[in-house]
Amino acid sequence: MTAVGTTGAGAFLARHEGLRARLPGAHLPWVTALREASAEAFRAQGFPTRRVEAWKYTDLAAVNGTVFGEPLTGVDDALTLPATTNPRAVFVDGRFRADLSTLEGLAYTVESLAAVLPTLEGRLGAVARPAEQALAALNGMLFEDGLVVTVPAGVAGGVLELLSFATVSERAPAYHPRHLVQLEDGASLTLIETASGPAAARYLHNPVFEIEVAAKARLNHGRLQQEGLDAFFLSTVYARVAEGGAYDNFTLNAGGRLARNEIHVALQGPKAECHMNGVQLVADGQHADTTTALDHAAPDCASRQTYKTVLAGRSRGVFQGKILVRKIAQKTDGYQMNQALLLSPEAEIDSKPQLEIYADDVKCSHGATVGELDADNLFFLRSRGIPLDQAKAILVEAFLTEAVEAVADEDIRNALSTAVTGWWQRQGVAGGIEVA
Amino acid sequence: MLKIENLHATVDGKPILKGLSLSIAPGEIHAIMGPNGSGKSTLSYVLAGREGYEVTEGSVTFMGQDLLAMEPEERAVAGVFLAFQAPVELPGVGNANFLRTALNAVRRAKGEAEVDAIQFLKLARARMKVLNMPDDMLKRPVNVGFSGGEKKRNEMLQMAMLSPKLALLDETDSGLDIDALKMVADTVNSLRGPDFSALVITHYQRLLNHIVPDHVHVLSAGRIIRSGGPELAQELEATGYAASVAAA
Ligand SMILES: Nc1ncnc2c1ncn2[C@@H]1O[C@H](COP(=O)(O)OP(=O)(O)O)[C@@H](O)[C@H]1O
Ligand SMILES: [Mg+2]
Repeated sequence: MTAVGTTGAGAFLARHEGLRARLPGAHLPWVTALREASAEAFRAQGFPTRRVEAWKYTDLAAVNGTVFGEPLTGVDDALTLPATTNPRAVFVDGRFRADLSTLEGLAYTVESLAAVLPTLEGRLGAVARPAEQALAALNGMLFEDGLVVTVPAGVAGGVLELLSFATVSERAPAYHPRHLVQLEDGASLTLIETASGPAAARYLHNPVFEIEVAAKARLNHGRLQQEGLDAFFLSTVYARVAEGGAYDNFTLNAGGRLARNEIHVALQGPKAECHMNGVQLVADGQHADTTTALDHAAPDCASRQTYKTVLAGRSRGVFQGKILVRKIAQKTDGYQMNQALLLSPEAEIDSKPQLEIYADDVKCSHGATVGELDADNLFFLRSRGIPLDQAKAILVEAFLTEAVEAVADEDIRNALSTAVTGWWQRQGVAGGIEVA
Repeated sequence: MLKIENLHATVDGKPILKGLSLSIAPGEIHAIMGPNGSGKSTLSYVLAGREGYEVTEGSVTFMGQDLLAMEPEERAVAGVFLAFQAPVELPGVGNANFLRTALNAVRRAKGEAEVDAIQFLKLARARMKVLNMPDDMLKRPVNVGFSGGEKKRNEMLQMAMLSPKLALLDETDSGLDIDALKMVADTVNSLRGPDFSALVITHYQRLLNHIVPDHVHVLSAGRIIRSGGPELAQELEATGYAASVAAA
């Protein structure tokens, strides 16, 4: 698994060996130490096989067998950015592009990780756990850039967009951005992240987020994963939330041929809150995985998770959700629901909810359902003149409604419904419900 | 308008309709009565095109077209409307959005201009006022949390909005109070005209006091065993189905 070669873990380890002296922060002992520790962890784990419990349902063989190149410095620029009035940070092939970003006049700081790396000692690596997650180890070994967002105490940051584009490249590039988001006491921010790329390009996008939400701060984190259909998207989010703070994650997992949306949240102060919602839209040939781990490590915290997966064609979906309630976490209120809708007999879903509870005074529940479109409902809509495809689209939208409506932030909700409509249209279906 | 000839249909391989024939001329209202399990709902589903109801023999012609060859949505845009005995609930589908989508699907298929959201609300509110439906029923998800009566009102709202040529009412009156019953009758009567026909399935004479049918039929074991005028409904109300069934 770790043999040096052109593919697999060995190839990435060799790249680290070769680039060691040139990677950002190479002159900083603490950065080097962090990279070496990550390399060690990655050498030990390699790309996890399905024998590893956390990867039981998602096979990384295709990633393991791909020859990846380094991201080339972009000469692209046929790139058309969607219009927005929001401040935004743009990454192309994993690198921050100041020329494409608009970040003036903000009441908080948004910086390129490569540019401010020397200032990040003690912060970079504070939340990620490379010894436990192989992909975070890979990221720690090879990260070159990322976004560093710091919202000072009491500042309401509004909306910030993080756009990540992949460009077409002859050799499949792999990039491992490390994003740090810190909200100080009472601060707030809505971060809307969009990851996309050309339909036919093969690449690996392996971002790691380290998120710190201080007391009474709130981060709304909306993620629209719409990578190209030949891409690998392996993303790991780590968030920790202090007393009275809130972290809301909404992820649309819709692109890529293999996509893993892994989220680790630790509620570390009393009365902290976390909402994790998501929609996975999986079409023919795709594999989408959402894996959540929620650590209730303080009393009186609440967590809510609603995940919905729609599968079409020959596709595969995975939901794994673990809730850990530590002994100290009395009065925990935890809820998790995951539901899958199979639109084709060739689609498959694996779901594994897991509760691990050590406190005695808690309210914690979970549920899971798998179903097909209801024939009676479909007939009802058709009996009112609505064509079959449109009737299906309406019922799929309805299925997703609960997860979408659970999103508190309106900007995220709107971005999401646009993305869902787009996905549905790409499936060759014209139009869902008309709004009255 | 509608011509059913020697219709045989099975559900799960079980014969339910066993040689049913019936003709409805434009502008006519026919009532079908008959014991539970005689095949009344099955007939309405076969006409509306529900999956799982297999026609093994016979034919149905609607406005000169082979109805049985059409998809459910094609039948609907051609003018067939089924008011369900037990309407489904659709969580996550707003009633107004649903109704506008249906209305425009029908209008598109007929080559008529689609209605925008504002025109739609105007039309819907006007209809709802007549049906004595509160405005908030538009905002709620289709039939979710509706009482039995509200669901039936909602069926009538859909019927009125889509203005079909042939309405199939499957026990729309069951479980309704007198006011709601009158509302159903008023809605049907408001559509009455030379281009509108209806097949009203009911157990009760009282609905037929308000919607006076041209013909009344008794369905038993998948066949029409008796037909007559409005007076047949009164006779059945007095004597029950048993006598007719025994005589057949
Ligand atoms: N989906 C079904 N599966 C099996 N049997 C059915 C189904 N629907 C109806 N039936 C049977 O068909 C017969 C006629 O039912 P139905 O048409 O509902 O009668 P009615 O509406 O006159 O009460 C009954 O014996 C009923 O049990
Ligand atoms: Mg019935």
